[in-house]
Amino acid sequence: MTASNLTASNEAEPNEAEPNEVGQTISRKQLNLDDLRGRLARPGGPAYWRSLDELAGTEEFEAMLHREFPEQASEWSDGVSRRNFLKLMGASLAFGGLSNCTIQPEEKIVPWVRAPENLIPGKPLYYATAMTLGGVGTGVLVESHMGRPTKIEGNPEHPSSLGGTDAITQASILDLYDPDRATAVKNAGRIATWGGFLQNLDQELTLQRSQKGKGLRILTETVGSPTLGQQLSFLLEEFPEARWHQYEPAARDNVRTGAALAFGEPVNTYFDVAKADVILSLDADIFNSGAGSVRYARDYAARRRLRNGESELNRLYVVETSPSSTGSIADHRLALDSAAIEAFALALAGKLGVKLENSPEQPSYDDRAGWIDALAADLRNAGAASLVVVGDQQAPILHALGHAINQSLGNIGTTVHYTDPLEVDPVDESRSMHELVASMLADEVEVLIIVGGNPVFDAPGDLDFTEAMEHVGFRAQLSFYENETSERCHWHVPQSHYLEAWSDIRAYDSTASIVQPLIQPLYNSKSAHELIGAMIGQAGLPIRDILREYWQQETFADDFDEFWVRALHDGLLADMAFDRRRVRLRSPIKISREFGRPRGDDKFELAMRPDPLIWDGRFVNNGWLQETPKPITKLTWDNAALMSPTTAERMGVDNEQVIDLTLPGRSALAPVWIVPGQADGVITVQLGYGRRVTGRVGTGAGFDAGPLRTSAQMWGARDLKVIKTYDRHPLACTQDHHSMEDRHLVRHADLDHYRHHPDFAQHETHESPASLTLYNTNEFSSTTGNAWGMAIDLNACIGCNACAVACQAENNIPIVGKEEVLNGREMAWIRVDRYYTDLDDPEIFHQPMPCQQCENAPCELVCPVGATTHSEEGLNDMAYNRCVGTRYCSNNCPYKVRRFNFFQYADRDTPSLKLQRNPDVTVRSRGVMEKCTYCTQRINAVRITAKKRGTPILDGEIKTACEQACPTEAIVFGNILDAESRVTDWKASSRNYGILTDLNTRPRTTYLARVRNPNPAIDKG
Amino acid sequence: MSEQVTSTRQQYTPPPPELGPGQTSHTSITDKITSIVLTPHTPIQWFIVVFIGLSLVGLLQVSIAYLLYEGIGIWGLNVPIGWGFAIIHFVWWIGIGHAGTLISAILLLFRQKWRTSINRSAEAMTIFAVMCAGMFPLIHTGRPWLAAYWLFPYPNSMGVWPQFRSPLIWDVFAVSTYFTVSLVFWFLGMVPDLASFRDRAQNRVAKVVYGILAMGWRGSAVHWERYEMTSLMLAGLATPLVLSVHSVISLDFAVSILPGWHTTIFPPYFVAGAIYAGFAMVLILVIPLRKLYGLQDFITLRHLENMGKVMLTAGLIVAYGYFMEQFIAWYSANEYEVYMMQNRMFGPYGSFYWALVLCNIIIPQLLWSKRVRRNTVWLMIISIVISVGMWLERFVIVVTSLHADFMPSSWDMFYPTFWDWATYAGTIGFFLLAFFLFVRGMPLIAAHEVRTLLPFGKKGK
Repeated sequence: MTASNLTASNEAEPNEAEPNEVGQTISRKQLNLDDLRGRLARPGGPAYWRSLDELAGTEEFEAMLHREFPEQASEWSDGVSRRNFLKLMGASLAFGGLSNCTIQPEEKIVPWVRAPENLIPGKPLYYATAMTLGGVGTGVLVESHMGRPTKIEGNPEHPSSLGGTDAITQASILDLYDPDRATAVKNAGRIATWGGFLQNLDQELTLQRSQKGKGLRILTETVGSPTLGQQLSFLLEEFPEARWHQYEPAARDNVRTGAALAFGEPVNTYFDVAKADVILSLDADIFNSGAGSVRYARDYAARRRLRNGESELNRLYVVETSPSSTGSIADHRLALDSAAIEAFALALAGKLGVKLENSPEQPSYDDRAGWIDALAADLRNAGAASLVVVGDQQAPILHALGHAINQSLGNIGTTVHYTDPLEVDPVDESRSMHELVASMLADEVEVLIIVGGNPVFDAPGDLDFTEAMEHVGFRAQLSFYENETSERCHWHVPQSHYLEAWSDIRAYDSTASIVQPLIQPLYNSKSAHELIGAMIGQAGLPIRDILREYWQQETFADDFDEFWVRALHDGLLADMAFDRRRVRLRSPIKISREFGRPRGDDKFELAMRPDPLIWDGRFVNNGWLQETPKPITKLTWDNAALMSPTTAERMGVDNEQVIDLTLPGRSALAPVWIVPGQADGVITVQLGYGRRVTGRVGTGAGFDAGPLRTSAQMWGARDLKVIKTYDRHPLACTQDHHSMEDRHLVRHADLDHYRHHPDFAQHETHESPASLTLYNTNEFSSTTGNAWGMAIDLNACIGCNACAVACQAENNIPIVGKEEVLNGREMAWIRVDRYYTDLDDPEIFHQPMPCQQCENAPCELVCPVGATTHSEEGLNDMAYNRCVGTRYCSNNCPYKVRRFNFFQYADRDTPSLKLQRNPDVTVRSRGVMEKCTYCTQRINAVRITAKKRGTPILDGEIKTACEQACPTEAIVFGNILDAESRVTDWKASSRNYGILTDLNTRPRTTYLARVRNPNPAIDKG
Repeated sequence: MSEQVTSTRQQYTPPPPELGPGQTSHTSITDKITSIVLTPHTPIQWFIVVFIGLSLVGLLQVSIAYLLYEGIGIWGLNVPIGWGFAIIHFVWWIGIGHAGTLISAILLLFRQKWRTSINRSAEAMTIFAVMCAGMFPLIHTGRPWLAAYWLFPYPNSMGVWPQFRSPLIWDVFAVSTYFTVSLVFWFLGMVPDLASFRDRAQNRVAKVVYGILAMGWRGSAVHWERYEMTSLMLAGLATPLVLSVHSVISLDFAVSILPGWHTTIFPPYFVAGAIYAGFAMVLILVIPLRKLYGLQDFITLRHLENMGKVMLTAGLIVAYGYFMEQFIAWYSANEYEVYMMQNRMFGPYGSFYWALVLCNIIIPQLLWSKRVRRNTVWLMIISIVISVGMWLERFVIVVTSLHADFMPSSWDMFYPTFWDWATYAGTIGFFLLAFFLFVRGMPLIAAHEVRTLLPFGKKGK
């Protein structure tokens, strides 16, 4: 069964039948069909009609419309007798009582005329599909309630996910329902039609066809869809002189160029982190950014479990400019600027005996931290089980160097694998863009079709794309939002969300998936396939058929239908991944003069990064991502110029102070945010903010770092100057205090200490024994055999915030906006606390904080109306209906996990947002306290299933939203009375501890202490 | 034996008179007190104060209307600071109210005759302060339209009751009982004087109104006997309330587990603080009033001095409370307590703490000097300082405890908004308005009780 059967309930359908039935009782005039056709054909004739009678405008129909009751319904005609009067009075009293002082929302009931297969109201269905970002796919499962997709989960069958997701994927569902997305085809800002556009495009293409498409240019984002690639190649066959350009601001150009430098072709590299004993990351945030990160994080965390007496860990070294999720969980972390990272890599390669073709002036690396020898030895000892990863934003030579080191360590084939490129046409995108702008300025372009993206905003600052556009006669854009580029296009076509359109995509390891829609487009949107298809004579052809045709050619399956259905069901096309390539380095890597050369003393380094949450700006209008704190800085709603405390001190600037970042000929104003652990002298800025034209959420948030980019220096510059200003720009940070104040919240030890004292975490605070109470200790014992508990492994948490976004999606948690975050009123039910140990070379700790579901809950005692009570199974339940909002429970909660609706935060008016909501969770009103419930709706759904099945609830059957989303499986939920359950197993670990248990709260959520595995040969200061 | 008695008599020095030299007869006392009300002439100062009061009441109405429309987000609250100005002012006003009950009930039982000339106005102050206080717990809830009745144990078909373990429920009972008893006590005390008003009123309307309020008082011996008995009984009822109300309110804090709130010393410390603040407020009201209406003969320097002494004593108890908080925080060796106390003194709100010490401990030490106690200007200044100090105390308790508790990740700051201040100013306006309407229309001083202070009145007993 495919999702295309499932369409959104269209209100028009059932309505059609209704008046006809009623109309039968009215004596009918003979309809004159010719007359009706005439009425329809007339300009301004009715566009919609309910029945032929209405269309004909018969008197009987009018009369029927204006009659209050249908003919059959007899009206109350007898006089009021005493009996009737009493009945009426009784009924009205009863109804008065029923309404219970609350105005019930108006409801419209739209029954299915023909119910789709498998659809049971109240039971969600799940479909496999894939989400694409940067030309690479991630397999997902999408929960659908009555035809509405409501929640995204990872696809456990798909190698890129194995069930986990990142924050961006979790939040992508919100885009579908974004009330600000483009909804109509527009011509010069006026609403037009797809047909009108095609007509106009056809004229242009006819002209182009005559000149072999000489003036036709297609600009797409990175294309990873094989079928779209084929469509584009058809297009180029039809218009041989047309050109196809690709550009997106966070493109992996350096990765591709680096691979090409090393192997002569831009092969795709992917890693098997699970096999790696020693990992070195050179400014690569591999666990929380870019292709494959979800899988890498999971494989890494799987080696950090310390289960069943295990006492071996893998070891992660991170050298980076700005602290990242990956850096925060490293065993050794070193903050270096990019030049030093290059010199570091060179020194390491030298130590490992990698053959290089050095330039005469090889930069020297000052190994103050004493890493090189120890690290080289560690890598060499690990042999083929080591791994060197280079960040996407690093110079191509560094990537080549990374390949060379991996090859010399023997990692290729064990921890590093190569395949054909994932992209249909791997090009250097900034050069591609450069060429496009050049030909536009040379007036060679007559027709420009922009498929996705927003080049006016995000093209490199040295290319005047805006000006170049004026040289093009016909400009059309397909994009999800109307953006800066749409403003300057003649035509704008709304782009379909990936949950609305068919496509296909390859994942980080080249596993191919079909992207199948779950809902018909909510608006008149089109996909890239449809747009390109329309240009090659496939207009109106179902994209599904095009996809099937493509894959039918690719596969050798005997029964293609079965293959296809299985592919849709599993979310991946079996055996369609590329074969692994055996590549060898061609020749020693040539090191250029510039490589590793330090910047001048009077200059700063500028490092550009995609934002960890809003990426290159495409998610800027996604409120969930805007309000999710960035993993390290905990900033929301803004980007900032990140710098180390030392740099800020030297510069004499303070948090929120605006500075002018100046490169020769270009500058941008940015607020300062001081980040412990940042490399001195490096200022990191994130892309994608400072949008002028987008939806209400994203407009005006942050500053635009785009002007600082050039096509030659896409990811940074080493000649940055900074001018202080005295302006201030408030930044909404969700965590103001960064020290643990010696409270034993995150407990941690080195592996060596752990081996000698495996239960170190259990002796950090005094905890009174459970028996030490005057009260009945059986008060909390469960008669259902279930007692819910949770354990969170701090050794696995990378602080990515996927859990927080998943929780937001699952539990209908509203966003509150920057002002309210500044007021300290964010609503996240689960937050990830981040602590530093010191300012300059900090250890960084993450601690997810959902409700601790205390057995002895301080919140419950103080509620005057009993709105928060203890369930038999150990949950702190919250009865929203009963809550009057004294906030005493929040004051008395030592974990501060309760959230209050200070205003009416939940949007109760926007229709499209209502579609997203989880129907199993109340939408809270103003004045009500809310909190984590351990996803009580999921517990109850499984309870019902288990009851029908007649067996107890199985372990793992219930997954909380945070647990399900977590890419590293750091969270486990289950029944602590079940001796076999995972949660019981985790809680039996010697690392298990509860926080603030000295308050005798007896939390059901506990943590597994963090154990680092430092290299004894490296002296940690 | 009789010689001994004589000698004691010789050593006996009569207490200073409760009344000034100007008041010599029953008539002159009643005349003076009724003349404040039963006169067409109203001092201009009265109009000024009532105008200010009315304006602020307008502001209060706007503030509350906006609050009901938008939600309590208009205040500076957040998580972790779930309670802010509303609770600070609730406690502040309730505290102020205490002096009235103390004067009218406890001092009655202790037969402190000097209280008679100030008890009426102090009781009125109690009533209006409790009204101001009572507004806050209701409007500070997220859904006041529900809180207004869900906090009461009313029988309902769903069988849902309030949660009696919560100190907020105890509050409801404590404050409503306190208000009811105070109101009855206050009104009952006025009945004989209202009868005097009725008898002396020239105006027809006034005659009728006071006639109704006087409830048929004729001054018969039976009336007086029952009146005295009821007064005593009500005083007996009100006396434990003086101690219980603020103790219960202190439990709002003490029952919680928050460092800075979870303190056993809170009940006595709050009661002392209440008396402290209450006497300060009585002085703030009485000093201008006696000047404005020429009541120096009724409210003499001796009254003021006595009140100064009470303040000094209460202030020392409060100071002891502060010291004990510090000591216990140190002595407990509990890291959260220690941190809370350090943060209170040297954290972002440290200046509030030191201002509090200055206002509540250091400056009031001037009251040791008799010259200061008998100087109305000094007394007025010190009373205002104490009122500010007691406000600071509540601010420090509520805000500094909440803003940095157990989880450093959640620590945040509290910044009051315009609406926070407007609501506070509004209740001050309400208080002023209500009090001055009372002054203009009701017996400001218990004339019938003051009459008993005359020498022959005493002899008669």
